[in-house]
Amino acid sequence: METPVLERSSEKSQIQGVVDCDVHPAFSKPDQLLDYLPERWKTHVRDFAVRTANPLLGTLPYPRMTPGNGMRRDSWPPNGGPPASDLAFLQQQLLEECNIDYGILQPLAAGSMAFNQELGAALCAALNDWQIDKFAGPEPRLKASICISQEDAKESVAEIDRRVTDRRFVQIAMPPRTLEPCGRRRYWPIYEAAEHYGLPIGLHTSAFGYRPNTPSGWSSFYLEEHYAASNSLQTVLSSMILEGVFEQFPKLKIVLVEGGFSWLPSLVWRLDREWKRMRDEVPHVKRKPSEYVRENFWYTTQPIEEPENNRHLLDILRWIGTDRLMFSTDYPHWDFDDPRFAFKVPLTPAERSAIFRDNAVELFGLK
Amino acid sequence: MSTTPTREKRPPARHVVARVDEIAPGASKLVHVEGRDIAVFNVAGEFMAIANRCPHEGADLCKGKLTSLFESDEPGVVKMSRHGELVRCPWHGWEFDLRSGKSWCDPARTRVKSYDVAVEHGARLVEGTYRAEVFKISVDDEYVVLEL
Ligand code: FES
Repeated sequence: METPVLERSSEKSQIQGVVDCDVHPAFSKPDQLLDYLPERWKTHVRDFAVRTANPLLGTLPYPRMTPGNGMRRDSWPPNGGPPASDLAFLQQQLLEECNIDYGILQPLAAGSMAFNQELGAALCAALNDWQIDKFAGPEPRLKASICISQEDAKESVAEIDRRVTDRRFVQIAMPPRTLEPCGRRRYWPIYEAAEHYGLPIGLHTSAFGYRPNTPSGWSSFYLEEHYAASNSLQTVLSSMILEGVFEQFPKLKIVLVEGGFSWLPSLVWRLDREWKRMRDEVPHVKRKPSEYVRENFWYTTQPIEEPENNRHLLDILRWIGTDRLMFSTDYPHWDFDDPRFAFKVPLTPAERSAIFRDNAVELFGLK
Repeated sequence: MSTTPTREKRPPARHVVARVDEIAPGASKLVHVEGRDIAVFNVAGEFMAIANRCPHEGADLCKGKLTSLFESDEPGVVKMSRHGELVRCPWHGWEFDLRSGKSWCDPARTRVKSYDVAVEHGARLVEGTYRAEVFKISVDDEYVVLEL
């Protein structure tokens, strides 16, 4: 029989090695990506810059307490450059110290957000080359994401086709704050390609995008923005289910990254209840929303909700299913979770190894 | 009538952990004393010390940033006091009072140990029972001394 163990008291050896589903690589100099752009776009960026919905060009909208857009203060590489730009230091501080066997790269760069969609596609391609060149190439424990300019679905599919034979890419990445809700048909060619290749789509929360960060506009405080991270992923989940995406693409795998997960039970209870009442409005949604939730969605753990009583979190975990959750650190960001100390709930060894490793190994095909 | 004999307390050990000019105002130094990791801070010339490990997820508090106490009685009116006497954890930003070790967010339950710190003149250290494992004491300098 399996006995629950307290995460805090656990030793390194209890988990074989963690899979970290959210690692943010950084450029070692601000315009490093330009080196990967064709001359036509290099010139364009020099003369016109990259225009995005981000209110301040080239920055995140908040300093978030620490220098460099909210980084762990201890993550600045001793040899210079911003956090997570120096592979050797990342290997030491993240992979070695935290016992991480695989890290999934989630680049947060302007490609998918550029107003000029042609430029956006070029930036995404550059970002994909850069991930391989600087991280996933030299370090096989790091796996890349195929970044796409999702608003131009045709171009996105072309980029997926170009990258898919390179096994160092293990997912497709697009942001949740799209021009239209994620379930809309304009994005379906992307879903078709993802399902065809069996590649999960990771939607990493973002503070900004084509829409303000709350449904009623830009928030005043960073504290408000943090809630909005979940909000944008709730929109993704509801929209994709109710537009019928999973009827069309039943094998599509969606990973909701960095939005928390405690909101899931109440949202799904509500969706199920209203679906029973109003399903004539959406006859293409043939099953209860909760059934798609259990088959098509996965969630990364960071930032983990921390209730006063840890056991409350356990109830939520069990409802969601420990087979749907995948550990993530969000390195090198300020709200980083340390796999040795972050999950302060009693889990069985099987649950622990599912969350910290096995679910991701299976979903991303890591061996 | 018999009285309980008053037993002498074990005198605290005093450890010389830094030269005063080694830790600039606003900066910190991580020291290892009797198997413990301790973060020593210079708060505008005054030295303060707490255990290095954050009780939340274990970050090194010596890498945190010194900050002040912000209070507000109503929106728009902010009082700032105790300049530099709190350290903000380098990861999730929980704040700890360097004088008491108590966390700002949950002072009753969440705290780190704080230590007494003094500054002593080298001449006194040479005569006294201080332990200086790393430093060769020069009588002209001043030193940060940790009690535990
Ligand atoms: S580790 Fe210090 S606040 Fe989280």
